[in-house]
Amino acid sequence: MTLSFVLAGFGGQGVMLMGQILAQAGMQEGKNVTWFPSYGPEMRGGTANCTVIISDEPVASPIVDTPDVVVAMNIPSLLKFEPKLKKDGFLFLNSSVIDRKPSRNNIRIIEVPANEIADKIGNLKVANMVMLGAIIAATKCVRKESVASALEYKLGEKGSSLLKLNIEAIEAGIRHVGG
Amino acid sequence: MKKIMMKGTEAIGEAAIMAGCRNFFGYPITPQNELTEYMARRLPEVGGCFLQAESEVAAVNMIYGAASVGKRAMTSTSSPGFSLMQEGISYIACAQLPAVFVNIVRGGPGLGDIQPSQGDYFQATKGGGHGDYRLIVLAPSTVQEAVTLTELAFELADKYRNPALVLADGLLGQMMEPVEIEEKQVSYDNSSWALTGAKDRPPRKVTSFNIDPYELEKMNLKLQEKYRKMEQEEPRWEEFQTEDADVLLVAYGTVGRICKSVVRMAREAGLKVGLFRPITLYPYPYKPLEELAKHVSLILTVEMSSGQMLEDVKLAALRLTRIEFYGRMAGVVPTPGEIFDHLMHLIGRR
Amino acid sequence: MEYKVAYRMPESLSKKQFSYCPGCHHGIVHRLIAEVIDELGIREKTIIVAPVGCSVFAYEFFELDGTVAAHGRALAVATGMKRARPDLVVFTYQGDGDLAAIGTAETIHAANRGERVTTIFINNAIYGMTGGQMAPTTLLGMKTTTSPHGRSPEREGYPIHVCEVLKELRGVAYLARTKVNTPKDVINTKKHIKKAFLAQLKDIGFGLVEVLSTCPTNWGMDPLKAGRWIDEYMVKEYPLGVFVDKVGEEK
Ligand SMILES: Cc1ncc(C[n+]2csc(CCOP(=O)(O)OP(=O)(O)O)c2C)c(N)n1
Ligand code: SF4
Ligand SMILES: [Mg+2]
Repeated sequence: MTLSFVLAGFGGQGVMLMGQILAQAGMQEGKNVTWFPSYGPEMRGGTANCTVIISDEPVASPIVDTPDVVVAMNIPSLLKFEPKLKKDGFLFLNSSVIDRKPSRNNIRIIEVPANEIADKIGNLKVANMVMLGAIIAATKCVRKESVASALEYKLGEKGSSLLKLNIEAIEAGIRHVGG
Repeated sequence: MKKIMMKGTEAIGEAAIMAGCRNFFGYPITPQNELTEYMARRLPEVGGCFLQAESEVAAVNMIYGAASVGKRAMTSTSSPGFSLMQEGISYIACAQLPAVFVNIVRGGPGLGDIQPSQGDYFQATKGGGHGDYRLIVLAPSTVQEAVTLTELAFELADKYRNPALVLADGLLGQMMEPVEIEEKQVSYDNSSWALTGAKDRPPRKVTSFNIDPYELEKMNLKLQEKYRKMEQEEPRWEEFQTEDADVLLVAYGTVGRICKSVVRMAREAGLKVGLFRPITLYPYPYKPLEELAKHVSLILTVEMSSGQMLEDVKLAALRLTRIEFYGRMAGVVPTPGEIFDHLMHLIGRR
Repeated sequence: MEYKVAYRMPESLSKKQFSYCPGCHHGIVHRLIAEVIDELGIREKTIIVAPVGCSVFAYEFFELDGTVAAHGRALAVATGMKRARPDLVVFTYQGDGDLAAIGTAETIHAANRGERVTTIFINNAIYGMTGGQMAPTTLLGMKTTTSPHGRSPEREGYPIHVCEVLKELRGVAYLARTKVNTPKDVINTKKHIKKAFLAQLKDIGFGLVEVLSTCPTNWGMDPLKAGRWIDEYMVKEYPLGVFVDKVGEEK
């Protein structure tokens, strides 16, 4: 089994971190993973993005033509990556920011009002973690426990006070998709 | 040993430290800054020396200095900076100093852009600087392999007293993958040549200079002898699903692994496609490629450049089989899909 | 009703939108140069040599013929241009890494030869373009990505004072250090830039204006704080003033 993700959004929306945690969690489950970020001037035009691959076999190409999962945190990301999504693939939309509907009907669309949910928890900054919760619940790519421990590793000692808040956000995301 | 996720650039830095390198001189340039910055943080922790040079011209000469007094030294740069280092590399090669270089190649020519590219193949493998010298060139395709080959670069540099280059691209540099990095301190004996002060022995000279052409030719012959030995003993490559292959993809570095996906796609479509991935670009694995060429009806060379490695593929396989080429330039990364489509087109399936 | 033009874009600026971060001083200095070129009436014979750095696109921002030199080589390129076509007005626009690290030799020798070219030197104490590495002008104690523990004189040496180094070279005709973080300083800087161009136009020698500038992005500050930081730290290390003036008063 190989799952490929493209996660995209504005610079400050934490898509890079979201991807890294996903990859880290995959690694902790003993899977093969890669994380590859867009970099340089590509970042200026509104979307930063990263590609994550989680696989049972060694990862060959780190870039993919047609990802299995697209996560769009803003409109430019939706416009850029919806057309590339695999048929029957998952499209996660941050519906707090994206006020339009995707145009394709051969994909699975999951709307997550990530900002609103994060705001309710008490910090807009964890919108990415809400989304991450939704992703793992819907795709079953990694377990919640792995994400929690990946998060703990990523935040390190300095960020340990933020761990609880982030996990709350992930759980809220999971609940949103009924996982 | 525990696996950790690391960026390619940072993994190369840690591997260098694990190989015993304690001297790094470099100048900022994208997309390898994370390596320079990693060394700025890490080297002082292990009692090493990090110095930001005022230019790549200065950096390469600092390497010359550190290597000549018998210390493992390295620098890292990206294409325009590597061009500036060529003069110094030629001096280092002639003076027979071990030194390790990293070039995280970006789109060119000129100032170009900062996206992944393989456009420096000629420069890396065929000279770049002046004179009859060769540079050992290693091309990793995964972050783990970048670690292994960085350690190997130090080993070979010491073994042959020759500069060695890890040639990667922005994709491998920026990518994160799980790695294991083991300490691999190869001890080497430089007591016969390093400049350590003429105490209790006659003075020694490390130079790339001899005004007498016959003497300089002798020095050259010694270098050539070394290169022939490398060509015998050091070629490295990977074969992937080549046993029954009728079509052979040839690609190195990042493109090598992208082509692995193409092989899988082709196999799913019922086609007998395999991959030959050179790991040492100098010395180039001509022989095994020649062997494979005898058994396939088509070789497709794929690069992120305009057909540079293609010339080596032709040296190995010309007249043995049909040789085709697919390449993207300037920082455009070919996707598995587009390579597959091109392959289908070539074999008349499209 | 009659309208008076109170504000217009200098003719010497193109309509391209600047790509600089909010609060960055590159844009202000661009405008001042353009105004000076307009006032001197030299737009049609002026060539810009842009550096490699955040201002790599400067050649597009000016309505002038222009080029981008290799990193650090702007003054060599400018020398070639001016020697080949002395009737042209040639200026370089360079950052601290470009001018005072990789291009130090070119800078010193162009100045020493008294090349009839003008240089606008943006000292922001950092490598902006590549993401915040140490510059030769980085202040002592200042943390950058390649001086993570703060610049120390033992390890990285002292901040280089370009004007103080160049002022001893006899080819230099105009040399000043300014800043642009207040309206008064902006007006003042324009006067210095004009004189640096006049040093070239009057065939006296090499002219250079060093502008202490902000890089809010890599300093990790908001634009207002970065502006204050110029006064609190930069000016203390790099005193403002005119170091060489062979141009004299304008008539
Ligand atoms: C030969 C070479 N080495 C390195 C680089 C990478 N590089 C691009 S801009 C830059 C430094 C820019 O700093 P500065 O001149 O201070 O300009 P700023 O961005 O701060 O305005 C460097 C090192 C390059 N383009 N060419
Ligand atoms: S990085 Fe710094 S110097 Fe570059 S545009 Fe932004 S603020 Fe200006
Ligand atoms: Mg600068």
